[in-house]
Amino acid sequence: MVLQLFEGEKIRFAAFDAEKDAEVFSKWTHDPEYLRLTEFEPARPLAPFHVKKKIEELEKEAGRDFYFFVIRMKADDRAIGFAHIHWVEWNHGNAHFNMGIGSPNDRRQGLGGEALQMLLRYAFEELNLYRLTGHTFGYNDGAQKFLAKHGLQLEVRRREAIYRDGRYWDALTYGILAEEWTAGNK
Amino acid sequence: MNDSLFTGTLVRLAAQDPAADAQTISNWRRDTIYTRWLEVDPVLPPQLKQTRERIERPHSERFYPFAIRALADDKLIGFVILLRVNSHHRDAYVGIGIGESEYRSKGYGTDAMKLILQFAFQELNLHRVSLDAVATNARAIRSYEKCGFVHEGKTRGAEFRGGIRDDIVTMGVLREEWERNGTGNQVDR
Repeated sequence: MVLQLFEGEKIRFAAFDAEKDAEVFSKWTHDPEYLRLTEFEPARPLAPFHVKKKIEELEKEAGRDFYFFVIRMKADDRAIGFAHIHWVEWNHGNAHFNMGIGSPNDRRQGLGGEALQMLLRYAFEELNLYRLTGHTFGYNDGAQKFLAKHGLQLEVRRREAIYRDGRYWDALTYGILAEEWTAGNK
Repeated sequence: MNDSLFTGTLVRLAAQDPAADAQTISNWRRDTIYTRWLEVDPVLPPQLKQTRERIERPHSERFYPFAIRALADDKLIGFVILLRVNSHHRDAYVGIGIGESEYRSKGYGTDAMKLILQFAFQELNLHRVSLDAVATNARAIRSYEKCGFVHEGKTRGAEFRGGIRDDIVTMGVLREEWERNGTGNQVDR
């Protein structure tokens, strides 16, 4: 049994702290590439005020069924990204997740992988879900490789559901079952 | 111009009226099999007030609900709705239910679906329409295939009811497929 859900090797999961985090989250929203890798909504830069408001609204809308973590470096407590679980269907044991590493400098170092593993552990060992569902886009090769590497299967390809830069891209859905995650962690 | 946007061969699409229609729509929800196929949330016994409030909800550009009425006698037999209409990606989901059981498996739902696709593509100018269905709902899936929907994948085991896990099937139809199939032209001519 692993007792630590929020302490990883290099990172930890922390609650969103508007005072500390709104500023850096706001910075990330000024990078359209980051927004387009993580969001369906039109890219739009957000002031710290609006970041705070948006997260408060998400929390209000989802009530208790919204589990939002700021990813922080253990070494210096710096916020490097977010990971969250939402749309929990308790009766079916399904939920959706999203995550992002804000700065390109913090990508490709295994930090996202560590965060995803912690999020999956949280989903399956704390929320006791049956499965978890993630979404990405046809143009995001990095995310597709990342999800497959961590044992998620491509389940749905909604053809041409995303219109960006004057052309259509597929919306992809990946899923992993609790039993698959457990088998992969033995 | 198409002057029969809301009229098919068996049914027509109409507004849902809170005063006149809420009781009928609410009564359909006594049928658990029907409601379970429509909704992810745990089913509850019908509440007239809730149904009425849902019909009274202000109109929005993300959400287009219709009543389905049989052309022969104008009877209210079901509903069809475009939801999560995303105008910047030009995508929407569709949900449909034939609440009056004697009107199932007779082409009424298929006719209504063809009408709402025509509405989605010719009025809202969408690029595609998506839907989710429980994999065991074979009758619905057959109807969707008839309307031109293509299978796009399965969310494994996402439906858990009566102790049984089922897949959720996702289907979609693109504007160009719909135009090529001529599905729109069969609606009203």
